[in-house]
Amino acid sequence: MKNMLIALWQYRHFIKSSIRGELKARVARSRLGTLWFVLHPLAQATIFALVLAEVLGAKLPNIENKAAYPIYLMSGMAAWGLFSDILNRCLNIFVEYSSTLKKISFPRLCLPMIVWGSALINHILLLLAIVVVFLFFGHTPRVTWFVIPLGILLISLFAFGMGVMLGIFNVFTRDVGQVIGVVMQIWFWLTPIVYPYEIIPQNLRWLAEINLMVPLVRIYQDALLYNQWPDFTTLWLPAVVAMSLFMFSFVLFRKAGPELVDVL
Amino acid sequence: MSNIVLDVQNVGKSFVSYRSNLSRFLRWFGLPVRPVHEYWAVRDISFTLHAGEALALIGQNGAGKSTLLKLITGTLRNTVGNIAVNGRISAILELGLGFNPEFTGRQNVYLSCGLLGLSNRQIDEIIPAIEDFSELSEFFDQPLRVYSSGMQARLAFSVATAVRPDVLIVDEILSVGDSYFQHKSFDKIRQFKQQGTTILFVTHSMSDVRALCDRVILLDNGKVLKDGPPDEVVDYYNALIADKENAKLSVQQRRQQDGWLLTRSGNFQAALKSLILMDEATQESVETVRVGQRLVLKLTAVINDNIPRLVLGYMLRDRTGHVVWGTNTWHTRQVVNNLKTGDEVEFFLRFTCTLGPGSYSFSPALVSSDTHLEDNYEWVDNALVFDVINTDKNFFIGTSWLDAVFQISRR
Repeated sequence: MKNMLIALWQYRHFIKSSIRGELKARVARSRLGTLWFVLHPLAQATIFALVLAEVLGAKLPNIENKAAYPIYLMSGMAAWGLFSDILNRCLNIFVEYSSTLKKISFPRLCLPMIVWGSALINHILLLLAIVVVFLFFGHTPRVTWFVIPLGILLISLFAFGMGVMLGIFNVFTRDVGQVIGVVMQIWFWLTPIVYPYEIIPQNLRWLAEINLMVPLVRIYQDALLYNQWPDFTTLWLPAVVAMSLFMFSFVLFRKAGPELVDVL
Repeated sequence: MSNIVLDVQNVGKSFVSYRSNLSRFLRWFGLPVRPVHEYWAVRDISFTLHAGEALALIGQNGAGKSTLLKLITGTLRNTVGNIAVNGRISAILELGLGFNPEFTGRQNVYLSCGLLGLSNRQIDEIIPAIEDFSELSEFFDQPLRVYSSGMQARLAFSVATAVRPDVLIVDEILSVGDSYFQHKSFDKIRQFKQQGTTILFVTHSMSDVRALCDRVILLDNGKVLKDGPPDEVVDYYNALIADKENAKLSVQQRRQQDGWLLTRSGNFQAALKSLILMDEATQESVETVRVGQRLVLKLTAVINDNIPRLVLGYMLRDRTGHVVWGTNTWHTRQVVNNLKTGDEVEFFLRFTCTLGPGSYSFSPALVSSDTHLEDNYEWVDNALVFDVINTDKNFFIGTSWLDAVFQISRR
C-alpha cells in the first residue's frame, strides 16, 4: 500500500500531463474548446427541464419558484454526472490502455488516478457554469454551498472504488462493461434526479432507502436548491460503503495486478 | 570481472486459464482453486549479463522472446524463478506508445518521459538533446498528428534513449525511419554499450546480431535451445529453420581446430561426399591460395533416394561471417533432374580468387529449389576453409581484390 502511494507520487508528472492530455483530446480542434465540457450537461438539463416542466408540467412540491425545477435538475445531474463519469471511465480504463500496460512498466494505479483527476476538473468546470446559470435565475450562492466538496469527495470515492473493482473484473469478463451500461441507466431513473423524492409511491420507498446514491445526490440538491445543510445521519452509511469499496479496490488491485496484463 | 547487471535464474511464465472467472477471483483471496489449463510461455531460463554485454534473443515466432523481454521489463510477472536487475532498465518494446496525437512533440516528450518516471526538472535537462537527436526542427513544436510515421518513430526513439540506462531492452525496432536514422540509432545503441549499458534485444536480422552481440540465446518453445557466441547460434538457427520444413531433424555442430564452426543439417537424400579446392592448372588440392590464382572447387554428391531435382548452392563467407558471395544452380539454370538412388553428381566451380588476404569458408547446400526451405538434402556451414595470401599483388585491404589501377597525371 505504501509502496503503491510512493510509486504514484513518483509518477505524478505523468499523471498530470496525462490529465491535460485527456482534457485536450476531448476539445481538440473545436472552436468552443473547454466550453463543450459544460455545454453538454447543461443542454441535457435544459432538455429535461423543458420537456418535464413546461410540457408535462412537473413541479416541485412546496416551492413556487419557476426556476426551482431546473435548479433541482441541474444539481442532481451534476452529482450523477460525476458519479457516472468516474465509474464508466474506470470501468474501461485498463482495456483502453492495454497496449501501454503490456509494453511499458509503470504503476498501473496511475490510470484510474488520471480518470479521477480529469473527471474532477470536468466537474468543477461544470459547477462553475451552473453557478453562472443560477445567477441568471437570480439564485445567489449561500453558505450551504460549501458542503459541495464533501459531496464531491464521497461521490468520487464511491465511484472510484466501484469503478476500479468493476474495471478489474471487466478485464477478465468483458460482459461486466455491458451489464454496467444497463445498470447505470436503471440506477439513474431509480434515483430522484429528474423527479422529486416525495412523489415516490410509499410501497417503492424501500428502493430509495437502499439506494446509496440518494443521500449523495441529495447533498447537492439540498445545498444548491434548498440552501440546507445535508442530513448528516443519512450520510454515514454511504461514507462507510464508499470508503470500504475504495479500500477493497486497492486490495483487489494488488491481488489481480500480476494477472491483469496476462489476459489483456 | 565486471559486475552483474542482470541476473535471470530459472525463470518461467505460465498463462493459466480457469474453469470460470469466478474461480480466478476466488483464488486471489486464497481459495485453493486449481487452474484447468496451464501454458508455459517460457520456462527454465537462466542467464547473467555483465555491464556492457550485448545479448540477442532469436527464435521463431511464438518461441517466447517477447514474453521474456516483458518479464525482464516488468510488465509481466514471472510465475517462477528470479529476475534481479542492478540499475535502471529502459525498454523499447514498441515505439510511440503513450503518445498523444494532439500534443506537440515537446509536450509528448514530457508525457512519455513522465511515463518512464522522470520528473519535470530531469526532462527539462534532457529535452535539448532529444530535440537535437530527433532532428524534427520546426515539427518539434507541432502536434504529433501531423507527423509522418518515420518522424514519430524518430521522436520515440530519441525519448527512449535520452537517458543512458543500465539495461536497454529492444524489441525489433532497429528498422525504424530511413536508413540514415537507422544508422544513427544503431550507433547510439553501440555507444551505450561502450559506456557500459547492457543490451538485450530481440531481432530477426542476423546481420544485426553479428554486428552488435557478444552472445546469442536461441529460444524454442519457451526454452533455451542454444546459448553461445553469435556465429555458432546463428548457424544453428539457420539449420534449424531448414529442418523445420524437413521433418527428419538432424543438426550437428562442431567447432574445428582453426576456430571455424561446422554446422551440418539435412535429410541426406542427397549427401555431400567430398569437397575439394584445387588449383586449376595442377589439379592439386590447396588450402592456401594466392590472390588472383585460378581455382576449381569440386563437389561430389551421392544420391541416397530418388529425387526429382537437385540444386547446389554455395555461400562464401569471410572470417566475421559476412557473406562475400553466394549463388546456386537454380539461378544459373543448371538444375539436375530425376536422380536415382546410387547416382553420383560432380559439380565443378571454376573461379579466380579475387579475394583479399584472410581466411574464408565455403558453405555448400544441396537442396531442391531456390531456397533451402523446401527440401534440405544437406547443408554444411563452413564445410571448406581456406586462406588467401597476397604474394605478387601490391598491398591492399578488404575482402575483394579489384584489379584496380591508379592513373596519375601531374600538371
